Amino acid sequence: MTDALLTGLSLALTPENLLYAVVGVLLGTAVGVLPGIGPAMTVALLLPVTYNVEPSAALILFAGIYYGGMYGGSTTSILLNTPGESSSVITALEGNKMAKAGRAAQALATAAIGSFVAGTIGTILLVALAPTVAEWVVVLGAPSYFALMVLALVAVTTVLGSSRLRGFIALALGLTIGLVGTATGQARLTFGNPLLADGIDIVVVAVAIFAVGEALWVAAHLRRRPLEIIPVGRPWMDRADWRRSWKPWLRGTAFGFPFGALPAGGAEMPTFLSYVTERRLAGKHRDEFGKGAIEGVAGPEAANNASAAGTLVPLLAIGLPTTATAAVILAAMQGYGLQPGPQLFEAEPELVWTLLASLFVANTLLLVINLPLAPLWARLLRIPRPYLYAGILFFAVLGAYSVNFQWFDVALLALFGALGFAMRRFGLPVLPLIVGVILGPRLEEQLGQALQLSGGDVAALWSEPVAVVVYVVIAALLLGPLVLRLIPGRQGPERLADQVDELEEEVRR
Amino acid sequence: MTVVVGWTPDARGHAALVRGAREARLHGEELLVVNATTGTAAVDDRYAGADDVADVRTLLGLLDVEAEVRQPVVRDVPDALLGIADEVGATMLVIGIRHRSPVGKFLLGSTAQRILLDARCPVLAVKAGEER
Repeated sequence: MTDALLTGLSLALTPENLLYAVVGVLLGTAVGVLPGIGPAMTVALLLPVTYNVEPSAALILFAGIYYGGMYGGSTTSILLNTPGESSSVITALEGNKMAKAGRAAQALATAAIGSFVAGTIGTILLVALAPTVAEWVVVLGAPSYFALMVLALVAVTTVLGSSRLRGFIALALGLTIGLVGTATGQARLTFGNPLLADGIDIVVVAVAIFAVGEALWVAAHLRRRPLEIIPVGRPWMDRADWRRSWKPWLRGTAFGFPFGALPAGGAEMPTFLSYVTERRLAGKHRDEFGKGAIEGVAGPEAANNASAAGTLVPLLAIGLPTTATAAVILAAMQGYGLQPGPQLFEAEPELVWTLLASLFVANTLLLVINLPLAPLWARLLRIPRPYLYAGILFFAVLGAYSVNFQWFDVALLALFGALGFAMRRFGLPVLPLIVGVILGPRLEEQLGQALQLSGGDVAALWSEPVAVVVYVVIAALLLGPLVLRLIPGRQGPERLADQVDELEEEVRR
Repeated sequence: MTVVVGWTPDARGHAALVRGAREARLHGEELLVVNATTGTAAVDDRYAGADDVADVRTLLGLLDVEAEVRQPVVRDVPDALLGIADEVGATMLVIGIRHRSPVGKFLLGSTAQRILLDARCPVLAVKAGEER
């Protein structure tokens, strides 16, 4: 494995790949800094580059954007008290308080170094785990795959977001879009239009939902009272800050990685848990929480980067995306005809190891460009939104058109863009939709395979022990909250979003 | 009657503010301080934060001037300023201006120029560091 990694490293360090890594981390940091524009939208907009660029280079670019987004988000959280990314909501709690108390430089430093530490440990764990998981998964049959995909869909739908009902509506929309086409030999939802026979290209859907939907949403809320940014010099930490930071970094990593690796991934839960834990363990610094405790920045920032690394385990080893960005990266891999999962490690070892090695490179680059340049990145926040979104819409239309060079795709882009806007308007989460579009057809494929092998016997679906275990987990996810609510004298478990709101109120008081 | 100041939290805004306060006191008029933004960027350096506004109130208190501070989010800053001047029947509009390079003139429209040309009341243009 070490040999493979070293080979990968030598390939990742070739000038061309290094260039893609640099571009990726620069872009990633920039979009992380800007609120509303995230790595998922950026990767979606860049999906058309996959037509011309080698798979390894494109994946290095996307991985750089993914990691970079996590770094950039913290800068905005700390200096502006508005999270650049959902993963840095918690960081804003203590980070902005630190900045207001004149400790912005230390907050940025502990966020950047903590992200580096967590990202590196997370990537080491990824390198150690992914091949093992892939080996373990390779023996699974279609029924187990089917169950795992259902689990991923249920998990991204129910665990995150503000309401299950909204989550399932979004999932249903996604699965419906995934049905369009004639993949089964029958025409489904094509409305007799031959242009829909091949299905709707995922590039069009992803770009429309992430970029066009967001652009319309921003256009509808264009004028907002500008926020006060806290001026800051070069980030640095003194000895006491280091002493108070290193344990939260490691604990944050321990929270972030497993949560990222679980099908219900995402960075929201582990950053929240990390914050609560640090507050509990703060000891004599307990009073500083709510006023700007460095532990409250170090822990969650480490957690969100570790979860980014963790997310790549199910993505590479099983082919299950658990965040919006991972979902779009999966779409890119499918565009190349690469099938993520155990086959990937056997068929394309060079690609996988180059990607893994480039994650270390990206992480190091991010530390180098973020630590001294944080104030410079913050300047991006002064760009007027109309300029930004005009550019985004331009690339969105270009991207959609380049799929087939047909006006029809641009029309679809407008249609799904309107859908993306409506989803934001009515509070529907976009993650279930995008995961549904991408996993839907594969889900169907596995189902078809399982039923074909069993000659149409539905019982085959729970014929493998892994599948049974997974269904039990799904049942627990779905029924657990209902059962808990039925127990008298007990409130149902609170939603994560509500808990974060409560926490914010508590801290702001 | 009212003296309206177009204020930004920088040197020329400060110059305009001080001058406007003096004019208001001299003529026994009210002072209206306007700090407008288009609100299209997440951060606007010319939009005053809470601390800047507090500083201005302290300063105006020291100068012994009754003043109102408005911070509207508007479509267009010069239009908004002119609109407010009309609305309150301003006797004078005080703005801070700066020197512009040829390239700057070519690339950017000037807020000050549009106010000077379109205002329906006298405009007093003040440069930073020149108030006496």
